[in-house]
Amino acid sequence: MITLGDYLVVSAILFTIGFAGVMLRRNLIIILMSLELMLNAANLSLVAFSRFRVGPGGLPDYNAQVLVFFVITVAAAEVAVGLALLVALYRARQTTDVHDITSLKF
Amino acid sequence: MNSFYPWLILLAPFASATVITLFTLRWKSLSSAISITAALISFCCSFLIFAQSVTAAPEFVWLDVAPIFRVQFGLTLDQLSRTMAVLVSGVGALIHIYSLGYMRDDEGKSRYFAALSLFMVAMLGIVFANNFVMLFIFWELVGFTSYVLIGHWFFRDAAADAANKAFITTRIGDFGFMTGILMIWMITGSVVFAEVAPRMPMFNGHGTLVAIVALLIFCGAVGKSAQFPLHVWLPDAMEGPTPVSALIHAATMVAAGVYMLVRVAFIIQASQTALLIVAWIGTITAVMAALIATQQDDIKRILAYSTLSQLGYMVMAVGLASNEAAMFHLFTHAFFKALLFLAAGSVIVMLHHEQNIWKMGGLRRKLPITFVTFGAGALALIGCPPFSGFFSKDAILAIAYENNLPIFALGLFTAFLTAFYVIRMLVIVFFGNPRSDSAREGCESPPVMTAPLIVLAMLATLGGFAFFARNFLTLPTEKDAAVFVPVLAVIALIVGVGLAIALYRGRSTEPIKVELLRRKFYFDEFYGWLIYWTQELLARVATFIDRWLIDAGAVGGSSRGTWGIGAVLRLIQVGNLQAYAFLFGLGVVALIYFAVMR
Repeated sequence: MITLGDYLVVSAILFTIGFAGVMLRRNLIIILMSLELMLNAANLSLVAFSRFRVGPGGLPDYNAQVLVFFVITVAAAEVAVGLALLVALYRARQTTDVHDITSLKF
Repeated sequence: MNSFYPWLILLAPFASATVITLFTLRWKSLSSAISITAALISFCCSFLIFAQSVTAAPEFVWLDVAPIFRVQFGLTLDQLSRTMAVLVSGVGALIHIYSLGYMRDDEGKSRYFAALSLFMVAMLGIVFANNFVMLFIFWELVGFTSYVLIGHWFFRDAAADAANKAFITTRIGDFGFMTGILMIWMITGSVVFAEVAPRMPMFNGHGTLVAIVALLIFCGAVGKSAQFPLHVWLPDAMEGPTPVSALIHAATMVAAGVYMLVRVAFIIQASQTALLIVAWIGTITAVMAALIATQQDDIKRILAYSTLSQLGYMVMAVGLASNEAAMFHLFTHAFFKALLFLAAGSVIVMLHHEQNIWKMGGLRRKLPITFVTFGAGALALIGCPPFSGFFSKDAILAIAYENNLPIFALGLFTAFLTAFYVIRMLVIVFFGNPRSDSAREGCESPPVMTAPLIVLAMLATLGGFAFFARNFLTLPTEKDAAVFVPVLAVIALIVGVGLAIALYRGRSTEPIKVELLRRKFYFDEFYGWLIYWTQELLARVATFIDRWLIDAGAVGGSSRGTWGIGAVLRLIQVGNLQAYAFLFGLGVVALIYFAVMR
């Protein structure tokens, strides 16, 4: 029997992998991908909560599922904008390495 | 009779000053012509209103904050102001003409004449003002033009300093004057002379208050009429051109203080204490200035101190509650003092701006007209019968004899000193042998300068006779007791004259030197010391507070504090995206911690 806890563990592992990617990788594309991973970890936990919380009439609680759709939509928009920025940055700097992008440093 | 002439008296010089300043600064002869025309128009109109005894002029509301404060721009037209207007515009017109000769080669001639015109407006404004506010504004305007004219040769440090000194010193008096005006307005609710006078009973039972108000008003006169202890500016004001000294610092402006006191006599006379103080201030000024004058070497400074001394007489008369005597002396003094200054100016020009009397000598042959007119003025000044000064000074001494014997004695002593120093000056300048090259080869001044001298000399000679003066003034009434007063005065005069002739005949250097008097009782040094230990000290403390507490502490401290915090915070800006993300993550964790766990 797969419990809510199992789902949350998977979600936490996914989130940690994503967070580690954001923290440690230097390539911006990878960082973006890791971000997506973190979002999806969150989505997974939301869906799990939805499934295991039974509302009136024995039906699942759909609120969380609706929230997941919103997150997916926003993530798509974020990727579109993020990749566009990334392309523009690459054209200007010929690099996607975050350690080379330090113009905002004092 | 309602007439527009009084306004014309004020408007003519005002138009002249405006036109010269705005349009004709470049054309000097034109400027002087405009100014002289304006002065003559003023004089003619003054004479007209005097002859016709005009008593009313159109007036308009100037400031109206009804019902608490309402100022009419109106004119007082009574015998006093009409006489004063004739006097001011008459002497003024003569001095305008004289200036044509004296200032003929001056670079700033246009500026000079514009200021002279403006002075005429201001002085006549004081004469005609019918309320305190108007009086005060014209009063300040007179102070300003005096400043401009003393500093006419502003490129000379002495002149610039003298102008500042005159302005600042009179400002001290004016502060008291303004406070006095405000107090009168607060108590009586009006600033118009004609409305304040009937409300004076409101002061009944408040003796101290009325004395304070009267003395505050008197402060204005102390500053403007250069009375002790604010007299120090007048001798220095002699740095200005001589016609200015004659017009402003001898005949008219300094007399404005006395005129003002006479105009508001109903306030001064409401308090016996105030009257006594006024009389004693006048007496002290008279004696002190006469003492200083006996040891001065600069011809214009001697005349300046004699002006102080004579103003002291006038203030003394005001303090003895005799406006008639004060105005009578003001009237005669205006003529003979203007005359003396203009004659001195003639001497000074001839000697190429040499003012030291010990560099002169024997000038009676070189400058016959100047000598005769100067002599007439000198005799009038020392009160030699039958010259004008005799009558007016005698009137004041008679009043003093009736009211206050110590003041009378000091007045008599001053008369003796006056005779002494005037004759000393006369002997040194006009008799004996010439003591410098320029004194040997001078020649008489042009007619444009001697003509005013002659006119003024006639006025100085005749001005005191009752048949002449009666037309202009209410003469003080002679009492029986006054019979031997003129005798005493003449004795004092003869002693003074004799002593001066005996001491100074044939001398070429000062035989007696009294350092105390030569240094003017150390007033300047004392004021310098006083300012150093009060104002300067305060300024230094204020500088310390400003520089170290406010500048370095509050202002500099907050600036440096911001910089310091910025320097610490800037360490966080490492420029590493992942570091930012990490911090962001930490922030989120912290938020969650506080939101959920607490």
